[in-house]
Amino acid sequence: MQMTMSQKILAAHAGRKSVSPGELVMANLDLVLGNDITAPVAINEYRKAGASCVFDCKKIALVMDHFTPNKDIKAAEQTKKVREFAAEKKIENFFDVGTMGIEHALLPERGLVVAGDLVIGADSHTCTYGALGAFSTGVGSTDMAVGMAHGKGWFKVPRAMKFNLHGSLPKWVSGKDVILHIIGKIGVDGALYKSMEFTGPGVSSLSMDDRLCICNMAIEAGAKNGIFPVDDATRKYMSEHSKKTPVEFSADPDADYDEVMDIDLSSLRSTVAFPHLPSNTRTFDDMPVVPIDQVVIGSCTNGRLSDLQVAARILKGRKVNPKVRTIIFPATQKIYLDALRQGLLEIFVEAGAAVSTPTCGPCLGGHMGILAKGERAVATTNRNFVGRMGHPESEVYLASPEVAAASAITGVITDPATL
Amino acid sequence: MKITGKVIRYGDNVDTDVIIPARYLNTSNPKELAAHCMEDLDPTFVKRVKAGDIMVGGVNFGCGSSREHAPIVIKESGIACVVAKSFARIFYRNAINIGLPIVEFSGEIDEGDKLEIDFDNGVIRNLSKNTQGDFPPFPGFLQKIIGKGGLFPAMEELK
Repeated sequence: MQMTMSQKILAAHAGRKSVSPGELVMANLDLVLGNDITAPVAINEYRKAGASCVFDCKKIALVMDHFTPNKDIKAAEQTKKVREFAAEKKIENFFDVGTMGIEHALLPERGLVVAGDLVIGADSHTCTYGALGAFSTGVGSTDMAVGMAHGKGWFKVPRAMKFNLHGSLPKWVSGKDVILHIIGKIGVDGALYKSMEFTGPGVSSLSMDDRLCICNMAIEAGAKNGIFPVDDATRKYMSEHSKKTPVEFSADPDADYDEVMDIDLSSLRSTVAFPHLPSNTRTFDDMPVVPIDQVVIGSCTNGRLSDLQVAARILKGRKVNPKVRTIIFPATQKIYLDALRQGLLEIFVEAGAAVSTPTCGPCLGGHMGILAKGERAVATTNRNFVGRMGHPESEVYLASPEVAAASAITGVITDPATL
Repeated sequence: MKITGKVIRYGDNVDTDVIIPARYLNTSNPKELAAHCMEDLDPTFVKRVKAGDIMVGGVNFGCGSSREHAPIVIKESGIACVVAKSFARIFYRNAINIGLPIVEFSGEIDEGDKLEIDFDNGVIRNLSKNTQGDFPPFPGFLQKIIGKGGLFPAMEELK
């Protein structure tokens, strides 16, 4: 049986030589993740079921990132519930204000995920870690609760789509444009239930931050997971961040894919997803004048150091448009510190942008940058559904940090190449 | 199991942000959450929904966030079953894990139609249109979860 990379990782964790698409398997988990929104529901379920010990206190990560620093009393009660659970169960990887970062930037940085791992997280963007050659996927709170108790999860073995990457990206074009381009082509359910396997000679030209960004948004095409092969860049990243031993899997040469899509990276352009679906994409060849009220640079998609570096390159020596509230969220404390030491935060503040502690905050309309009726934001986040960043009649335009920084300066959605 | 209910119908790509907006996720209490079910798509939903109603969607129902709060609020609102042309995968597993009945079905259904759903035989009857169609039963593995009333109680048998 010829298998895809994702199928091989599932088979290995289900104790099987091979698995077939569509089959339902129970598999052993290497890591179970939850946050301050999904973990409280999981903890309710855990207690209701009368489960006592967690399966492994080293293989659970609880990250207080969505409504933290606590946005209100109810949010404070939720984090308190998780904090108490973490202390009671001696969870080693509990991250609270001061150590926390946005979960999908934090876990790879802390070395908690490496190649070959099987990871579930009660957060849909858990698919991010496929960039490291892991099988990781978003689940709900009950799956998380059962995962914490038993160390196991159920999976329908996915079929797959292959994205064959060639060439390298032009200036001012990055991982966000790659994934927006793909979602624009295949639609928000174009990869429903499937793996998106990225491969080809173009992979080596993509930075780890680009790959993390691309896998992060696999869910926006409905995918179960996104995954990259392991190469020297992955190995370097893992050796710098983790003490765990990676296991490298690769797809069989004649593994079965429902579709193979060739993508010439050098032909891609800055891409923006218009309201209210990530698939509603346009490039600057076909861009109306769209005045904006807010820019958000950050999130589990684009809050990493290279995202801040490119935004700083554009904002350096310039001022943001006085009509555009510009908020920049380094995704983790380490990224914050690196950005501080490299002088990026100084560039942002001098340009008239606000710099925040790490939080998911505005991405999901939680806090720290909510939109009023009729307002528009350009955001480096991952969803632009109705009401996602605030009022149901506000609008979110998804873009790269390059486009977001350029738009902050001009006050309209702007191609960074034209500045 | 057989249920009969009136249809509340929505379109394609109903996302979890409109099912339960994130701004209300600072609680895990199902009753508090259900007061805002469908709010950003249909502010009239909570006033008009009746216990036993059937929610109908198009393709990719429940796309977006992994929040289990989405099937929880639909169930808490009294919806007896969600019927859609296709479901986003996390919503699909969450619904099974918490015991909210869901059915994949592509036949024509309009707002206000009366449906009868026969889960044992995999048949949907549209009593208003006098039509009927089949839907595939869940695989045995998932039937065990549903039969045991959720994933936790089913784990003894499944693991």
